Amino acid sequence: MTEIRGIYTLWLREIKRYLRDRARIISSFVQPLLWLLIFGSGIRFSGTTIGNLTYQQYIFPGIIGQTLLFTSMFMGISVIWDREFGFLKEILVAPISRFSVFLGKMLGDSTDAVIQGIIVFALGVFLGIPLNPLTFLEALPVMILMTFGLVGIGLTVASFIDSLESFGVIQSFINLPLFFLSGALFPIRGDVPNWLQIASSFNPLTYGIDALRTIILGNAWQPLHPMYFNLLVVCCFDVVMMTIGTYAFSRRK
Amino acid sequence: MKQLENAIETNELTRRFNGLVAVDRLSISVERGEVFGLLEPNGAGKTTTISMLCTILKPTSGRATVNGFDIVKQDTQVRKSIGIVFQDPSIDDRLTGRENLYMHANLYGVPPGEQKSRIDGVLKLVELEDRANDLLRTYSGGMRRRLEIARGLIHYPKVLFLDEPTIGLDPQTREHIWSYIEELRKAHDITMVLTTHYMEEADRLSDRIAIMDYGKIVASGTPSGLKETLEGDVITVKTKDADRLSSMLAGTAGILRVNVVNDRLEVTVRGGRALLPKIMETATKSGVFVEPLSLREPNLEDVFLHYTGRAIRPEGGDELHGLAAIRRRRIK
Repeated sequence: MTEIRGIYTLWLREIKRYLRDRARIISSFVQPLLWLLIFGSGIRFSGTTIGNLTYQQYIFPGIIGQTLLFTSMFMGISVIWDREFGFLKEILVAPISRFSVFLGKMLGDSTDAVIQGIIVFALGVFLGIPLNPLTFLEALPVMILMTFGLVGIGLTVASFIDSLESFGVIQSFINLPLFFLSGALFPIRGDVPNWLQIASSFNPLTYGIDALRTIILGNAWQPLHPMYFNLLVVCCFDVVMMTIGTYAFSRRK
Repeated sequence: MKQLENAIETNELTRRFNGLVAVDRLSISVERGEVFGLLEPNGAGKTTTISMLCTILKPTSGRATVNGFDIVKQDTQVRKSIGIVFQDPSIDDRLTGRENLYMHANLYGVPPGEQKSRIDGVLKLVELEDRANDLLRTYSGGMRRRLEIARGLIHYPKVLFLDEPTIGLDPQTREHIWSYIEELRKAHDITMVLTTHYMEEADRLSDRIAIMDYGKIVASGTPSGLKETLEGDVITVKTKDADRLSSMLAGTAGILRVNVVNDRLEVTVRGGRALLPKIMETATKSGVFVEPLSLREPNLEDVFLHYTGRAIRPEGGDELHGLAAIRRRRIK
């Protein structure tokens, strides 16, 4: 019971901090909007269509995935911030297990990241992506599953790094390869070189975005993998990241 | 049985950092209900000791128990028994005072039904009731410190660690916090371990004191007992030529010790007042200008100087505010 209340209180803290940070909420949808509006329109009107899809329709699920990825990784900063401002000590000397500490933080950060994802989802309505409430209800669990693992990466990396500056550098080393190799911006099949296809098959985001695309674009999209397989990979990724993350939080100097 | 054990017991507790010995075979016992002061000139010994006792750091060797629990094998029970006021700030400044306290109560398993009354109680104790619903970032340094002390008490700890509780605070706030600590001790039967750079603080609050130097205990006892171990009185001589005067005074009959501390001499003498004219005379003869002399009984600072050969100097004696204060005290 103590553990559950501990997890709850850590979750609540992340939510409160997030909701009080208006600048972060507003800036959160500016970047996806730029991708969809400028990059998407540019490529689309240069004559690129993918199957029967306009380019914007094609990248929309990818940009949701990108938002989840970038936000989740960014959440790692909260660990460094807590360490910098001493708050991490207060949590680490509390009589709850390190697994609970990790879980509470992960759930809190995931909630924040999923909220960002939902905001981007809503942008799609204005961009003429055919969406309905059912699509949203189907996409939401997939978004949540993807986020757990991605937040796990952010928290794990942050727990090994001492300063905000180096975290920024490492973050972009992780973000961009995962983003470019996920099929978010171009379909990874057909004439795309083999090495690129192989690399992207090791990227958990590939499966998450494929699942989102299957749900959002329906028949207009020919899935890379069956739905069950995509979800299975994402779940395995979550379990692995939670294990590694708990270990990273349990290290005592 | 448990009640009869000491609150803290360490046996040859040692911690090294890359070859540097921060704590060297430390063996201390702290009795239940006492305030135990841990002093050190400038070093990592006392904070490292506290970190080990709080289960943040693992000892390199040796053993220790807190409230009867082993710090390595029973770390969860140790954590349940202790409250800590860290040297560095450790509160969330994006939350309100009350939110910080609720979070702590939940993390430490305080039953939900009791949380409100306990939180109101500690807020009252540190006189922060009217600011409880404000964000921490609007608090002054002293208020943050008081909230941290309040937080350390919510779960009724058996042992409270105060690591430099008043560092960087102004004298008035310091005085305030001292009286809270004294109050607490009277009202609850809490064992406290206090580390500090301020001799005055240690003298006022501690029942017993241990002085550490290079990771070892060099002296321990009650504050008055330690002062009594120093014979004689101390004459303070303020002068610009401290070194020159010091060499001239050395060897004079009745003078036990001469220490140079910045621009003054601390002369320990037997026979008190009688030596005053003698010192003046020596100074005048050799043309050293001295300001009026003063004579006093030895204080804890003298004890410290005697055992470590160094004056204790607060690293952070200068007042820092806001972000600077927080950043400077980041976790090492």
